[in-house]
Amino acid sequence: MTARALSAPLLSIEHLTMRFGGLTAVNDVSFNVGRGDITALIGPNGAGKTTLFNCITGFYKPAQGRLALAREGVAHAQDVEALTRSGRRHSDGLYLLERMPDFEIARDAHVARTFQNIRLFSGMTVLENLIVAQHNNLMRASGLSLLGLIGWPRFRDAENAAIEKACFWLDKIGITNRADDPAGALPYGAQRRLEIARAMCTDPVLLCLDEPAAGLNPRESAELNDLLLSIRTEQGTSILLIEHDMSVVMKISDHVVVLDYGKLIADGTPEEIRNDPRVIAAYLGVEDTEEAAQVLA
Amino acid sequence: MSPALPITRALREAGLAGLVAAGLAFPILVLGTEMNQSNRLVLEQRWSWMAIAAGLVFVGRFLVLMFARTPKRAAPQIGGLVLSPVLSRIGVIALFLFPLVMLFWLGPQGSLKWINNYGVQILIYVMLGWGLNIVVGLAGLLDLGYVAFYAVGAYTYALLSTHFGLSFWICLPLAGLMAASWGAMLGFPVLRLRGDYLAIVTLAFGEIVSAVLTNWTDFSNGKAGIMSIPRITFFGLPFTASENGFAATFGLEFQAIHRTMFLFYLILALALITHVVTLRLRALPVGRAWEALREDEIACRSLGINTVNTKLTAFALGAMFAGFAGSFFAVRQGFVNPDSFTFMESATILAIVVLGGMGSQMGVALAAVVMVGGTELLRELTFLKEVFGSSFDPSLYRMLLFGLAMVVMMIWRPRGLISSREPSVFLAQKKNVSGTHVQEGHG
Repeated sequence: MTARALSAPLLSIEHLTMRFGGLTAVNDVSFNVGRGDITALIGPNGAGKTTLFNCITGFYKPAQGRLALAREGVAHAQDVEALTRSGRRHSDGLYLLERMPDFEIARDAHVARTFQNIRLFSGMTVLENLIVAQHNNLMRASGLSLLGLIGWPRFRDAENAAIEKACFWLDKIGITNRADDPAGALPYGAQRRLEIARAMCTDPVLLCLDEPAAGLNPRESAELNDLLLSIRTEQGTSILLIEHDMSVVMKISDHVVVLDYGKLIADGTPEEIRNDPRVIAAYLGVEDTEEAAQVLA
Repeated sequence: MSPALPITRALREAGLAGLVAAGLAFPILVLGTEMNQSNRLVLEQRWSWMAIAAGLVFVGRFLVLMFARTPKRAAPQIGGLVLSPVLSRIGVIALFLFPLVMLFWLGPQGSLKWINNYGVQILIYVMLGWGLNIVVGLAGLLDLGYVAFYAVGAYTYALLSTHFGLSFWICLPLAGLMAASWGAMLGFPVLRLRGDYLAIVTLAFGEIVSAVLTNWTDFSNGKAGIMSIPRITFFGLPFTASENGFAATFGLEFQAIHRTMFLFYLILALALITHVVTLRLRALPVGRAWEALREDEIACRSLGINTVNTKLTAFALGAMFAGFAGSFFAVRQGFVNPDSFTFMESATILAIVVLGGMGSQMGVALAAVVMVGGTELLRELTFLKEVFGSSFDPSLYRMLLFGLAMVVMMIWRPRGLISSREPSVFLAQKKNVSGTHVQEGHG
């Protein structure tokens, strides 16, 4: 494990197991996501990466395991233990994600995600997509929409702030000129970036990206790298990403975790992973380490 | 355009079309029942009718194939009608003037039918359509039992006024509240269901409400219904010829049209309130969440939107407007029974929403005018009696025409009359979203 993942974990995943009937998709996986790190989750197809994501974001309820997220500072082991025993979902910025339903994980623990197959609101405009993402803030400012109904001034301000934030992200992903077009009409690469921007509009502490570079050409892929790096440095959001594109993984990630057949087989810096014989074997299923090393290089 | 087909192929296709027509005509045209002198039903066979129908279709199809230049198959029109805000403003002004114009033109007797059967009747359905539009058009939840909330509203007023003597103006908000809580009650168990399953459960809910109203005679007086429900008053002044009535108070000659005019303006106001509230909600977080829910529920949850609450508010709010409309219905009729709240009503309201273009306020209003006004217009076509004989009743062909209209719509405008979506917020320029991008919802 990398230094930050050990000393300042944002999310610690302990003994996570997810079963579908007789199939164990994720089997006793433990690792930490470091605060301020870009953590990559890699592995062959069917290794259980997306299942792990769905467990973290609450779309699946894990069979076993603990997912402890500390929004700020360092979570002390005794605090996590106390919260676990108390049976509550969260206290003082410490969240046990396995106990929370999906929308609470996004709303309260501030974990945002994107999807392998893009899930934009295609019939709504680009701007509307980014404003829907700020639903909970606006809901509060509009008095559950009731005060908004009579034109409450505080809601006007909140909405203007929401539009401003949306514009910031539109500018960042370079589609300000398409703000009033339907999201479904954007080219593929822009849709991928918009999905990331939409997730960022929820002010996440952890951004989970499921194959963000899939289907992107090399130039778009490079732009994506820059976007992710700036999200990490400027917004201070930690990133957990699933990716097959090794040019993305090796270039930007601080920490790589490898899954195979639902089990964690390696956990370390990109350098360590590149030279790990188990990873090479998992990717190619052969002992030909030279060829595998070329792929991972 | 394609070249005319060789004559043999045209003949073959026309023959097929003729056969289909003959098959369709057999149950509809050939077999008929007539009452004979001894008052018994006898089966009459009219084979010539079938021959004529099949022949017409054959010749028509043949001519079309031979001579009509079929253009390249046009893509179904999806962008479609876009009504400018100016037009809708003109529409509202026209609605305000409609009863006055009718009154001056046809006099108090002649205009009664137009204001009541056309104006009030259509506006009730416009309001119901707008209410259901929140649930089906915006939130994308297919509700086949909407009439249940209409019934709740109607019976709330009927029972409260006859048992406790509460006035309409107190019962109106109560009916809305009652229907909204029933909407939330229905909402809770069905939240986990999507698509077809949701449709079936809401359908069942509608049937349950009507079954309860029919069979729980102690409560609702069953099939006989509730009679002599207090009529509408002008904020306390009754529309009667008495001394403290509306006409006497304002120094007018008593006329039945006063009440009808007041009912017209009341339902117009209620419908416009529905419209304005819906429009405003669309630009508020809850309204945007409804539309996002229709577009993609999973993405909604990943953004921290509580989809349970969002669905409940849609159900409850849609139900509330049906409750208002229901209590208006009761005060207008002065009589309610379960026959007014059958599945047929739910289907009509849903058809209005779908025909209008899901989510479009203007489209729903237009569709209500066409569907309800069209039905009423059929009654006016008395000249057809001279063509088809005195026993011909054009209003019996209502369902046939509905079906035809639906089929034509499916081919011509698969996404409804007005299928483009207006964005709730814009940065530089307001561009309507074409129907091709908008999802229809899946539960």
